[in-house]
Amino acid sequence: MLRLTAARGGRLLARRPMAALTPVCSRASSHSDGEVSGSVDMSRPLYWNRLDTPLPDKAFKDVLNAEDTALKQKEKGPWGQLSKEEKIAIYRLAFQRTYPEMKQSTGEWKTVVGGIFIFLGLTGLVVIWQSLYVYPPRPRTFDDEWQARQLQRMLDMRVNPVEGFSAKWDYEKGQWK
Amino acid sequence: MFRAAVRLSVSGVRSLTRVQPGCQGALAARCYSHGKEETDEEFDARWVTYFNKPDIDAWELRKGMNTLIGYDLVPEPKILDAALRACRRLDDLASAIRILEAVKDKSGPHKAIYPYLVQELRPTLDELGISTPEELGIDKC
Repeated sequence: MLRLTAARGGRLLARRPMAALTPVCSRASSHSDGEVSGSVDMSRPLYWNRLDTPLPDKAFKDVLNAEDTALKQKEKGPWGQLSKEEKIAIYRLAFQRTYPEMKQSTGEWKTVVGGIFIFLGLTGLVVIWQSLYVYPPRPRTFDDEWQARQLQRMLDMRVNPVEGFSAKWDYEKGQWK
Repeated sequence: MFRAAVRLSVSGVRSLTRVQPGCQGALAARCYSHGKEETDEEFDARWVTYFNKPDIDAWELRKGMNTLIGYDLVPEPKILDAALRACRRLDDLASAIRILEAVKDKSGPHKAIYPYLVQELRPTLDELGISTPEELGIDKC
């Protein structure tokens, strides 16, 4: 519970997601959505994770070490000779997230709802403080005795005697109709 | 001001009574202003030809696939077959697997479409040595 609150606070104050709380199948959780933290060079081909645009302008991993380069070489041969792990590695070089990973829920809604409640709560505290320290004293016209005398005065001067207020008062019996 | 408003509304009415060209056919799926409507077969043939280009380059593959996925349809197996073969010519296994993921996603709630596509593409997949996302275990999270 405390961990969750700290995480939500972390999300509000800092923009890096907490690795411990991201869903099980997240990869490279220090980056989100294939974006580099900081400015992106928009003059170069970009990588993206989008369901509606399956093939981005560049592969996810551009800078290949020796192992990856060897794998890419093997890719030029018959694909039937690649093992499952090699095929997955080739896929991961080109793409950061699979379709199921892109579609997974993020739990962001918890942050949003939590933030809403926090701010509603803070606002409530402000309202309470205000009603204690800012409002002027309660006008005497709200007192029960004053209200009763006011009501009697309205009846005495026959306010709205045809269809409204006094019309509903039975003057003979001295009670409401 | 009122008179001006009446004048504007009168001119508006007049322009509405002018006959709008096209979009009259009851069966027209698209509203062309002129020319014939492309049939499904013509559409498929056009895309198969696109991907069958022997010296297709990586950009054209990406452009073609992204455009195709943008349409409101799931591509026919023959189009996907041509696209997968284009991936093979470009030595791009990752894109081939991505294409399979994309068409599964395009099927949306119609769960029967993707298994049908894989069934139709099975000879090609075996021939080229392309594993489906399910076979690689990346279809689950």
